[in-house]
Amino acid sequence: MKELVIISGKGGTGKTSITGAFAALSENRVLCDADVDAADLHLLMNPDIKRTTDFIGGGIAVIDPEKCTGCGLCSELCRFGAIRANFVINSLDCEGCGVCVDFCPAKAIDFPVQKCGEWFISETRFGPMVHARLGIAEENSGKLVTLVRREAAKLAEKKNIDLIITDGPPGIGCPVIASIGGASLLLIVSEPTVSGIHDMERVTRLARHFKVPALLCINKYDLNPDQTSAIEAMAQKMGVGVLGRIPFDPIFVESMVQSKTIFEVNRDTDACAAVKRLWEGIMDHPAMTTPANPFQQIQKSRISA
Amino acid sequence: MIISIASGKGGTGKTTVAVNLAASLENNVQLMDCDVEEPNCHLFLNPVISEKKTVTTPIPEIDRDKCTFCRKCALICRFNAIAVLKNAALVFPELCHSCGGCTAVCPENAITEIGRELGTLEKGRKNGIDFVHGILRVGEAMSPPLIREVRSCFDPDRINIIDAPPGTSCPVIAAMKGVDFVVMVTEPTPFGLHDLKLAVEAVKLLNIPSGIVINRADMGDDGVREYAGHENLPILMEIPFDRKIAEVYSKGRLMVEEMPEWKEKFLDLYRRIEQSAA
Repeated sequence: MKELVIISGKGGTGKTSITGAFAALSENRVLCDADVDAADLHLLMNPDIKRTTDFIGGGIAVIDPEKCTGCGLCSELCRFGAIRANFVINSLDCEGCGVCVDFCPAKAIDFPVQKCGEWFISETRFGPMVHARLGIAEENSGKLVTLVRREAAKLAEKKNIDLIITDGPPGIGCPVIASIGGASLLLIVSEPTVSGIHDMERVTRLARHFKVPALLCINKYDLNPDQTSAIEAMAQKMGVGVLGRIPFDPIFVESMVQSKTIFEVNRDTDACAAVKRLWEGIMDHPAMTTPANPFQQIQKSRISA
Repeated sequence: MIISIASGKGGTGKTTVAVNLAASLENNVQLMDCDVEEPNCHLFLNPVISEKKTVTTPIPEIDRDKCTFCRKCALICRFNAIAVLKNAALVFPELCHSCGGCTAVCPENAITEIGRELGTLEKGRKNGIDFVHGILRVGEAMSPPLIREVRSCFDPDRINIIDAPPGTSCPVIAAMKGVDFVVMVTEPTPFGLHDLKLAVEAVKLLNIPSGIVINRADMGDDGVREYAGHENLPILMEIPFDRKIAEVYSKGRLMVEEMPEWKEKFLDLYRRIEQSAA
């Protein structure tokens, strides 16, 4: 089984639109939306949700005012400033470390687990999809990402599908790290701006740090051909293959408005031709054609554990 | 005054609004880039960096000679950052949330704290603008403590403008909590609208007055405007899609410098923020 993960570093470079386009180009695949914080792939896929499951995160401390003696040990120990002067816990500040729970001499602090979001198994016109919604202001985004990727892999195995296409989150932090571990190949979607180059450089270093193979594409390349050349030079310096360029095209916005992939809006565009070449390049890449590296399998099972 | 520029969806123009707002105010302003995973403000402002420090978070180091392998540290740790075997105690630094539980619970005082590098904090200045940003170390997962460190540079005598990270989870909350006003930058597309709704929920949860800036305002559809009307969200400013603006941005230049007519518009944005925050 192979998993392609689409990431970008910088937000808004076109990850989700390109993921949607790949869904339309591939034949047999499971779709996975790992941007659990601000998931958008469902807006193109109109999934028919078949199963909804609560995502339970860690505990949050709650002080029972009846039992609390007001000794103040909890607020002395809490490093997150979550305990207010009147011994009420501000759940937004609580890190869920449970130190106050364990130390409270009056055993006045409860630690109920929290529902932090939901995840879904759905059917779409492009096959099965696993996606999620993290609750507002929640922690544990990395755990939920790991969960949806694992469920996507399970589903693929069950349905005998050997490809997963995963839409990743922006940035380089916790949810991105959880999105790339054990992936077969990453596609980094950049754009020809100073921010695009800067962020691509950092996310490429992240891919290297976790030893996941990566390729680059440049979206909206014609908005600034000089910057496009600069990104390509940077990619070459960093040893990342540049797979292709996609021209700026209002079809991307049009496809969002119509809740369709760009191929369903108008196949006969330069943008569609460019994305198609990109897709062929990905599927021909050794990381997608050779049997899985046993090290990656081990890494994946360790991350999932 | 402290204003957070947020969005939900990435790439809608947070940085554009943050840097141009700061540059139009010229003096008496501090720009704080809290998008520590991918900080970009410096690319537009080009500040002269005068101060640089490594930011760390405390993690345990276990003294093998004192440790009796009683496992109390492993039991208290909710993040599985410590494993105690028969004759060894192992720390997994990247899983540690720095709660200090292990240090507090150890009966042998065998645990001391060392620093795990979160990233770098840099302070600088450009013309009259004070600048501070955090740069998360590549490979580091936890950004909120670094964001809080950037926020600690808050200057009560100045207008502080925060460029927040995208999303709605803990890093965004760290960049919005306790500010006077949140500007949500969105685009009039279904993705923009969907993620704006999430950002609005987060802002409501924090009980902060807010308004929106619509970027690339002439693309897409009317969903965002209809929603703003419904929610009584003031539309503070609209920026059209203009190849010139896109070009200025792509080169890392400031709209208020290259297209001076925008300076008054950004000053007007600030006046509206002031009115709405009051």
